[in-house]
Amino acid sequence: MTRLRVAFAGPHITFQDAGRLGRLRFGVPASGPMDRKAFAIAQSVFGNPPDAAAIEISLGGLALECIEGSVTFAVVGGGFIVQIGARRVGAWQVHSLHQGERLVIRPGPWGSWTYLAFAGRLLAPQWLGSSATHGQSGLGGGTLVSGQEVTVQDARTLPAAEGAIPCPIWARPRRVIHAVLGPQDRFFSPESLEDLASQPFYLSNAYDRMGLRLRGPSLTPVGALSIPSEPIVRGSVQVAGDGLATVMLADHGTTGGYPKIATVVSDDLDGFVQLRPNDAVRFKLVSPAQAVAIARAGDRALRAYLSRQP
Amino acid sequence: MALYRPIADHAVLVEFGTAISDAAHAQVLALDQALAANPCKGFREATPAFVNLLVDFDPVQTDHAEVEAHLRRLADHPLTPRTPATWDVPVCYENAPDLAEVARRTGLSTEAVIAAHLGGDYRVFLYGFAPGYAYMGGLPEPLKLDRKTTPVRGVPAGQIIIAGTMCLITTLVMPTGWWIIGRTPTRVLTGDDARPFLFDVGDHIRFHRLTEAEFESLP
Repeated sequence: MTRLRVAFAGPHITFQDAGRLGRLRFGVPASGPMDRKAFAIAQSVFGNPPDAAAIEISLGGLALECIEGSVTFAVVGGGFIVQIGARRVGAWQVHSLHQGERLVIRPGPWGSWTYLAFAGRLLAPQWLGSSATHGQSGLGGGTLVSGQEVTVQDARTLPAAEGAIPCPIWARPRRVIHAVLGPQDRFFSPESLEDLASQPFYLSNAYDRMGLRLRGPSLTPVGALSIPSEPIVRGSVQVAGDGLATVMLADHGTTGGYPKIATVVSDDLDGFVQLRPNDAVRFKLVSPAQAVAIARAGDRALRAYLSRQP
Repeated sequence: MALYRPIADHAVLVEFGTAISDAAHAQVLALDQALAANPCKGFREATPAFVNLLVDFDPVQTDHAEVEAHLRRLADHPLTPRTPATWDVPVCYENAPDLAEVARRTGLSTEAVIAAHLGGDYRVFLYGFAPGYAYMGGLPEPLKLDRKTTPVRGVPAGQIIIAGTMCLITTLVMPTGWWIIGRTPTRVLTGDDARPFLFDVGDHIRFHRLTEAEFESLP
């Protein structure tokens, strides 16, 4: 058993597994990692199963002290800076942490989210069989706070696994994201639809695991502002009365009555969340069939990448 | 006539109308049940709402056209709807923070507000907002109020709240702009992994009154 003490935790640092699927009908979004691909790569380093927990780290950063034992870990996602004692390394690497050493993970040149996975079983509270944390309620694994202890059971040190993990091009931030119009594009003027497809939007600071508000052309809905509440998905581009668009993310509300002008294809959401506030992003509208082709290509790329790893 | 709207790469939204109605919701539930009994290839989950059903699928295994074709076949062979369960939920109205204000705004006495609330026949139309927040339609017309202009933070679990034609039992400490007219020992998030959410969408709810002494004496 290896024990770590949280010396510092910024906001939105949570335990996550691959997600709590299949409960949308009860008001429960899947939660799980904001960048699902980076999470999958981190867990694959140690062959951890999909329901294994890892720690999701935001721009707030995290510092851990190893107070007992040792363990090999991977940090995957974004260009985060990783420090082990005085040694400065980076994300997309595997290292080992020993008793008495301090591990600091903080934002680097790019990216907004990174994942800390362990060779061993990271203990995290579960809700409905999943340690994915639902941010607003705290249900699931929960948010990490300073002073807390984190335990890795059956922790292993794997000197042979240490070293760099390739960062594929598709794990970088995406400044052009594909979206399918609808389901309520009919409530928007042709000018708004044209603006959505042609104008840049900018990430605002209104940013959490629920959704990301964009600045840009006003997309004021014409006619019905309020529709009967209907299901929302991760990637829904919801437009409130002020004409501002919000892209719904991992902890999204499951139903809502604001019109959704478009929906981002799932494959682009991992790269989208790695953008930072004030970064520009453009929507490229595609047909549903093109969106499916993008999903399949993305899935093939991830599988091929994972199969090449030792 | 249902509309099938494709969503991104992974879902179809089946829409049975544009305004909230019992008829539209009955169609939503019928398709939901038919799909549960006969899921399409790559089926991940279905989410019922007032007038539409979201059908989420794995785009690696199937696509919108295949899923839509499957749903159209199901719609051609309507199932006998499941008989919904009816749940009895006790409510203590004493010392509810907004009961007096609801009475003032509706022009009723507090006892008349309570009687009207108890007289409603409620049905779960959908869940939303937060885990376990079951939107129950059927609030009697005289109690219909707009939401508060400013939400109140930190409203605890187990509160009976109303707005528009809807009634809800809060399940978590959350902000709400709805009117708090009572509290209940009933927990929609049951804590039981075998049945983690008390109500299914479509279930009926009846409220009965608990005195404050009865409420306080509950274990």
